[in-house]
Amino acid sequence: MIYLDNAATTKVSEEVFEAMKPYFCEQYANPSAIYSFAGKSMKAVNEAREQAAKLIGANANEIYFTAGGSESDNWVIKTVCETYKNKGKHIITTKIEHHAILHTCQYMEKQGYEVTYLDVDEMGLVKLDDLKAAIRPDTILITVMAANNEIGTIQPLAEIGALAKEHGVLFHTDAVQAYGHIPLNVDEMNIDFLSASGHKLHAPKGIGLMYIRKGIKVGSFVHGGAQERSRRAGTLNTPGIVGFGEAIRIAGERMQENVKKEIELRDYLINRVLTEIPYSRLNGDPVKRLPGNAHFCFKFIEGESMLIMLDQKGICASSGSACTSGSLDPSHVLLAIGLPHEIAHGSLRLTMSEETTKEDIDTTVDELKVIIERLRAMSPLYEDFIKKQKN
Amino acid sequence: MYTEKVMDHFTNPRNVGEIENASGVGTVGNAKCGDIMRIYLDIDDNGVIQEAKFKTFGCGAAVATSSMATELVKGKTVQEALEVTNKAVMEALDGLPPVKVHCSLLAEEAIHAALWDYAEKNGIVIEGLEKPVNDIEEKVEEEDY
Repeated sequence: MIYLDNAATTKVSEEVFEAMKPYFCEQYANPSAIYSFAGKSMKAVNEAREQAAKLIGANANEIYFTAGGSESDNWVIKTVCETYKNKGKHIITTKIEHHAILHTCQYMEKQGYEVTYLDVDEMGLVKLDDLKAAIRPDTILITVMAANNEIGTIQPLAEIGALAKEHGVLFHTDAVQAYGHIPLNVDEMNIDFLSASGHKLHAPKGIGLMYIRKGIKVGSFVHGGAQERSRRAGTLNTPGIVGFGEAIRIAGERMQENVKKEIELRDYLINRVLTEIPYSRLNGDPVKRLPGNAHFCFKFIEGESMLIMLDQKGICASSGSACTSGSLDPSHVLLAIGLPHEIAHGSLRLTMSEETTKEDIDTTVDELKVIIERLRAMSPLYEDFIKKQKN
Repeated sequence: MYTEKVMDHFTNPRNVGEIENASGVGTVGNAKCGDIMRIYLDIDDNGVIQEAKFKTFGCGAAVATSSMATELVKGKTVQEALEVTNKAVMEALDGLPPVKVHCSLLAEEAIHAALWDYAEKNGIVIEGLEKPVNDIEEKVEEEDY
């Protein structure tokens, strides 16, 4: 099997799994308990917190463990709205956010809040002038993702953060795809809140975090206990947190090397696809792009058919076609960068990890060429196109 | 998600292709929604469908329903072909996931569109056949990149 869907989730690495193991059957104590048996668990949790903070230039007491990226996103939007409603009821976000942001914003609209959804350019980048123009006296939050989960475009966080700071607006970034993959610094980028998730960097599913800048007032989302400085109730997920901490440590240690290796492989993949497969295009920015992300559209064919055929060859990939989302519309991200529906339907996302090899990429491209040719031979759109060319 | 029959017809689709000078051609669907089906029929003087071919842009279910629909109408008279409903196509495929039922409707409409084209070309009226609503009159605009 060739796994090229690392943006969906990653494998738990052996090192991470080893680090977690003692916290199931041996060190199973509730870390919040008073006895010494629990002390080791709390120590492990705090070490993980240190790792999580260090990676983004934060302090350990600014890190709050959650159940994942979606919880963190919900937390920040809903509680900022509640906490700052006397200042205003306006949020700024973008049209290409993850649904954890978009659906939460839509929910807040029903509660009487106003949301500005910024357009992006054809590369998927937020336009800073648009952002500046959208800021109002009653704006309480700007939330812009660090890197897009579909097309991999990395946003100018430092510039966005500077604008937010200048106008005294809180700035949140959904960094689920970026955290542990590219350098982030909460001070340099003026980030007030940051969401991250463990399973995107070889930690298990069901563990995430939120960074909250010290001194910022914000309510609890999950009520019921004094855990996480009384800001997030619930017995600490010790094995998850320990695994997350270890994954973060490794990600930080190997980031430079991984980024270099993945960019090389990614650009090799992109180059092969664009030169060897006609009527293909790369989506997202070619340079300001996640190291492991390649995202294409192939004209005249539909994404789901492509995914099933890749699967039959043992290749795991994903698509932004309507058929894979359960709705009739293709991905909101592809529409936001200006692609027509019929082209957005033929999209393919290949996301690598540091374990991906050149052989994996070569096999994938070779199979892909055959699959696309087969689907085009079956496509009435391609038939019309060829006939039109002959005339 | 798909039955074995759907996977079989997707992986080894029957009757892919075109028929030159076909008796009737029908194209239905919409590239915006991600499905376009084109069905070609070769109908003899006795009104029997001798050959059926298709081309489809769409998901696995769209390909499988096109394949099955062409199989089902082959050898049938025009009147019998009208009985090949979306239900018949779905049953022949051992069912479709609920979100894919529209693909079977499209297959039925593609057959109807091809029959309509045949009737128009020959100046005949096929009893019980109405002009398909999803027929594509204009071709999708091509864009360069």
